[in-house]
Amino acid sequence: MHPYPSKKKDKTVPSTNTVGPKVEPGARANTGAGIGQEPWQTRIKQLAKNIPGPVIGLVVICIAMSLLSPYFLTPNNLINVLSQVSYIGMMAVGAALVIILGGIDLSVGSTMALSFMATAFLYKEIGLPFWLAMVCGLILGAFIGLVNGLLVTFGHVQPFIATLATMFAGAGLALYITNGNPVIGFPEWFLGLSRTRLLGIPLQVYLMLLVFVLAALWLRYRPSGRQLYAIGGNEEVARLSGISVRLAQARVYVIAGFLAALAGLAVGARLDSAQPTAGSASDLLSVIAAVVIGGASLSGGVGSMFSTFIGLLIIGVLNNGLTLLNVSPNLQPVVIGVVIVLAVISDRGNLPLKRT
Amino acid sequence: MSILSTGPVPLNGGSLTEEPKALRGIGLTKQYGGNTVLHGVDITLRAGTVLGFIGENGAGKSTLSSILAGIKSPDAGEMFLNGLPYAPTGPASALNSGVAIIHQEIKMVPRLSVAENMFLGRWPKKRGRVDTASMAEQAEAALAVLGAKINPRRPVAGLSMAAQQEIEIAKAILRDPSYVIFDEPSASLGQEETEKVLDQIRVLRDRGAGVIYISHRLDEISAIADEILCLRDGHRAMAWDTGDVSKDQMIRAMVGREFVYAHEAPQPAEPDVVLEVKNLARHGAFSDISFSVRKGEILGMSGLVGAGRTEVVRTLAGADRADAGTIVVDGKVVKISNVASAIRQGIFMVPEDRKGQGLNLGRSGGENMVLPWEKTLTPSGFVSSRTVKRVERAQAQELDIRGNLDIPVLFLSGGNQQKVLLAKWLVRKPKVLILDEPTRGVDVGAKAAIYEIVRKLAADGVAIIVVSSELEEVLGLSHRVLVMAGGQQRGILSRDEALPDRVMELSVP
Repeated sequence: MHPYPSKKKDKTVPSTNTVGPKVEPGARANTGAGIGQEPWQTRIKQLAKNIPGPVIGLVVICIAMSLLSPYFLTPNNLINVLSQVSYIGMMAVGAALVIILGGIDLSVGSTMALSFMATAFLYKEIGLPFWLAMVCGLILGAFIGLVNGLLVTFGHVQPFIATLATMFAGAGLALYITNGNPVIGFPEWFLGLSRTRLLGIPLQVYLMLLVFVLAALWLRYRPSGRQLYAIGGNEEVARLSGISVRLAQARVYVIAGFLAALAGLAVGARLDSAQPTAGSASDLLSVIAAVVIGGASLSGGVGSMFSTFIGLLIIGVLNNGLTLLNVSPNLQPVVIGVVIVLAVISDRGNLPLKRT
Repeated sequence: MSILSTGPVPLNGGSLTEEPKALRGIGLTKQYGGNTVLHGVDITLRAGTVLGFIGENGAGKSTLSSILAGIKSPDAGEMFLNGLPYAPTGPASALNSGVAIIHQEIKMVPRLSVAENMFLGRWPKKRGRVDTASMAEQAEAALAVLGAKINPRRPVAGLSMAAQQEIEIAKAILRDPSYVIFDEPSASLGQEETEKVLDQIRVLRDRGAGVIYISHRLDEISAIADEILCLRDGHRAMAWDTGDVSKDQMIRAMVGREFVYAHEAPQPAEPDVVLEVKNLARHGAFSDISFSVRKGEILGMSGLVGAGRTEVVRTLAGADRADAGTIVVDGKVVKISNVASAIRQGIFMVPEDRKGQGLNLGRSGGENMVLPWEKTLTPSGFVSSRTVKRVERAQAQELDIRGNLDIPVLFLSGGNQQKVLLAKWLVRKPKVLILDEPTRGVDVGAKAAIYEIVRKLAADGVAIIVVSSELEEVLGLSHRVLVMAGGQQRGILSRDEALPDRVMELSVP
């Protein structure tokens, strides 16, 4: 449970400063004055302490994979990892925002499927121009998010239950639109999202990175983004600080729905088809796993885009590496399960050890 | 006594067998983080008597009764139960020794039946299954002792507070305790219901139990107590071996004769009224509150816990909504519907619960300070960590906060946390600053510093409302004191009128 969103969370904790009731005036000076005189071993140790656990985990997994498989550390394979997780990543950004706020969104997977099915239906059956159908799909995603948001804020339905309900409804509608049939055949330019490469990297990877960067900047610099930590940390404190908690909550669910629709576009472009059964339960679980492995707490107030990205890479690398090693796909989720538990336990152990 | 004597100890020979049945504490002391709340207090609760227990807020009543009931352990001192050493390791162990406590706030599982609530955790079993029949029977018997007409098979949900209180007492009877502590049982009860509880306490006493009865309502104490003990600032202030003590005498003992102002008189306030409140009411919390605060004036709000002071100021700060009444700021009627609208009017509140309502404990000092102001902190609307640091440094200097503010405020001392909370609401200059228990749980040094800040703000023309349960704090800081009791405004006293006895008289319902 990191109380800080950023990677520099521990840098400023001087070792002399304990939890005791007295914080001496000198404690502050120690931070600055002490560093110059420290031997380099201590500085390295200090530096190592500041590296977040998930990053260490990712490096360890990468080293292990590259030793076990000669194909792992090739540029093509690494790009492959990124493009395989790009749609999960877009949804993970939304999920991370919701989780930082102290909520949960179970509906992202089915929203992804439904909104792209709607796009495909509007394009193929109704005959709308594809760009317009696309915009409609994105709006639909945002609308489902709005429903979630209103249920949670004004309906006082617990987020888990509200989004469970919309998850079911969304999954059903996705099947209903075309009677369960997939839709295929989309414009060339749209498929380029997956096929066109810039510097050898597919466009959808750039799209995902863009989403991560924008969200990170929002969380860090804009009041409306920074609020999420305050609300997730303690809703009452946020309310008594004059923050409109419900508006902030509703907004985040809308963003999560929109990003799920965006992820739907990425999947559609990759498969060149709209599958009503896309966005399965395992997608949803990967999304939440990425956020949790990154160190976010389901009780809210903690998490960051950087660590969510690391969590995403851990999942991507594990799936890719285990496939390369010919591990049965049925066993791969077992490994992910173990990693989640390890991540959460090591994270919890961190705080008291470092701080006191 | 000869060592050769092998026969029974002669009855008149020693006090060993003649030790009267009593729960005794000798030299009980308790500290919280360097703050001593109980200074070597002696207490004797005789079986078959009711000991009335009085004292101001924070005098140490709850701490002492928690120690007797095994909820807290003393830092020094010893206890004896019927002459034998008594050192409970927890409430369960105290209960096994025959000492029960009935809390002010009753906690029951609403969906479970009355009987099941009474047997929670120690269900009677028959062949491995919970014996519901015997449970209901025993519960009914215990309720009958009290003369309570409650069906033990019905769920607790929907029962009145008074009925729940009865269940709680019946639950204590089930364990047949020899000593029972009632921690302000009447706080949430009406007149008639209180009478009933007092009758039930008499039943317990007549069955031979020793009862401690804590209450702020001195009439009740006179009515029920056989002996009275008064605590003040953690010391044993006065004890009477009779319940026949006048209200006046009790108040004097609670307040103390040697009461002195450690405070200097505040600077005179300016004439213009900043905030005026007319007939403010909130259903179920308070009604008909009217007062005004002038520029540079400090208005104290005094009253016992639960008098409705916090509820009034929360309404002014937009945390709760008023049901009736008008609020006038600078001569204009304003509508305060949420915290943001109160902030727009320049009414800021430093809430009473620093950890639950005031600060995000996991965030740094600076991040806490900027929280209400992020939108207007920079012209561009972007908040960078440099901006946050700038505010943090400026406020730390202004309020002389000496502590590392870059770490989560969780790791700061109580005094520094309180200063950070104060700093949060002084990033912008308030028109009206509400301070709810501004020095709760802070050490003496930080207390003095906070008083200094408050006086300086008033001198700068800020209208200030101070809510405090510490009489000395309210009377020492304020120009005028508004006294509340039971959700009602009992009077506004000038600094000269606001003597402790007078304030206490108005505070006691």
